[in-house]
Amino acid sequence: MSTQQQPVLRLQNLTRVHGSGATEVHALRGIDLDVHPGELVAVMGPSGSGKSTLLTIAGGLDTPTSGQVFVEGTDVTALGIKGLAALRRRSIGYVFQDYNLIPALTAAENVALPRELDGISARKARTEALAALAEMDLGHLADRFPDEMSGGQQQRVAIARALVGDRRLVLADEPTGALDSETGESVLALLRSRCDAGAAGIMVTHEPRFAAWADRVVFLRDGAVVDQTVRSDAESLLTGRAAQR
Amino acid sequence: MSIRHGLLALLERGPRYGSQLRTEFESRTGSTWPLNVGQVYTTLSRLERDGMVVQDGEDEAGHSLYAITDSGRVELRSWFENPVDRTSPARDELAIKLAMAVGAPGVDIRDVIQSQRRHTVKAMQDYTRLKAQALTAVEKNGAQERDDIAWLLVLEQLIFQIEAEARWLDHCESRLIRLSSTAPAAGPEPASPGAAAGAAGMGARAGAGAEGAARHRP
Repeated sequence: MSTQQQPVLRLQNLTRVHGSGATEVHALRGIDLDVHPGELVAVMGPSGSGKSTLLTIAGGLDTPTSGQVFVEGTDVTALGIKGLAALRRRSIGYVFQDYNLIPALTAAENVALPRELDGISARKARTEALAALAEMDLGHLADRFPDEMSGGQQQRVAIARALVGDRRLVLADEPTGALDSETGESVLALLRSRCDAGAAGIMVTHEPRFAAWADRVVFLRDGAVVDQTVRSDAESLLTGRAAQR
Repeated sequence: MSIRHGLLALLERGPRYGSQLRTEFESRTGSTWPLNVGQVYTTLSRLERDGMVVQDGEDEAGHSLYAITDSGRVELRSWFENPVDRTSPARDELAIKLAMAVGAPGVDIRDVIQSQRRHTVKAMQDYTRLKAQALTAVEKNGAQERDDIAWLLVLEQLIFQIEAEARWLDHCESRLIRLSSTAPAAGPEPASPGAAAGAAGMGARAGAGAEGAARHRP
């Protein structure tokens, strides 16, 4: 993680109010958050704390009441509908709890689709998709359809799709929610390794075991960041500390 | 923690000297519970007194070697065969702290919970990073490397334990919120130290926050 580099995602004083008057709900209250290349950030908090709202606004799927969202330096909140659609398509990858692969397409076709939408040739898109799958040790799944894959395999393909081409921001909403704990772990290990390779990830989860794969864990409560952990650089974490027990 | 049985288990693989036992014990458990040589020799002399090990000559470098005896093997078998006693729990400082924080004047128990949660999740991150390294080592060295596997198991135990703690903290917080939203407005000195005290112990600020959250929820 480097703080010299421009953040891939920057949230600045973000607020989101649903409704007005007596039924007004403050889903987010002044959130500031940067996610740098190489960094995986987990967002935790009780239900209703604003986790999902934060993620949908970060991904340009919802607009903030005030504040700004920068993706790769571009102010998302200042874009028109067309510009926003292009940015969403080109710069942001999404990973959902229920995989969201297109059932009629193979793994390789699913991964190639965003690149074809980028406007590159179908052949080049397929080559890139196969390369992306191979890089994540998923090459053997290339010609399988979603219903021929396990949940964990589908989710790994979804991560490949999220980061194909030069995309390097992945937004994950409970990516392990539908998986058993060992499979969930392998999905997290993949997400972790993609971030180690330079992507930026932000993940909403309520499972501390999965949040623990992140570099930083941000705690939300009532729409505000109440706390966060900072990654330590010491490699000898146990020696010394354990002796104090 | 049974150093005694740990040493017997290592000696079952053949005679060893003190500092060798210490090194092997630590590489098995990733130095999670560091031993000093003094502890090792004290334990060895007690085992010797109880007839479970005997001194068994010296190696070329002149280290005194210890060997397990038959009665040591019987003791070791029985250790593996019998469960570790969990019926008298060790004192847990965190549980004691939260118990004391309920209704303590000037203490916002939600803040106590959150500061512990940050620390607990941070420790989980650290252990998880070590686990990722251990997994890589096991993949690289294969399942033959007993120390790698033993260390992975120990690490995963630490992660499971700390995860239980994180879940318990979440549970405490949501229980306190629930109690404070259902309890009648309690005075500053609740009559009973039961549930009402827990709710009152949330403190005015946390209580208001919880009510606020309930009201704002769509």
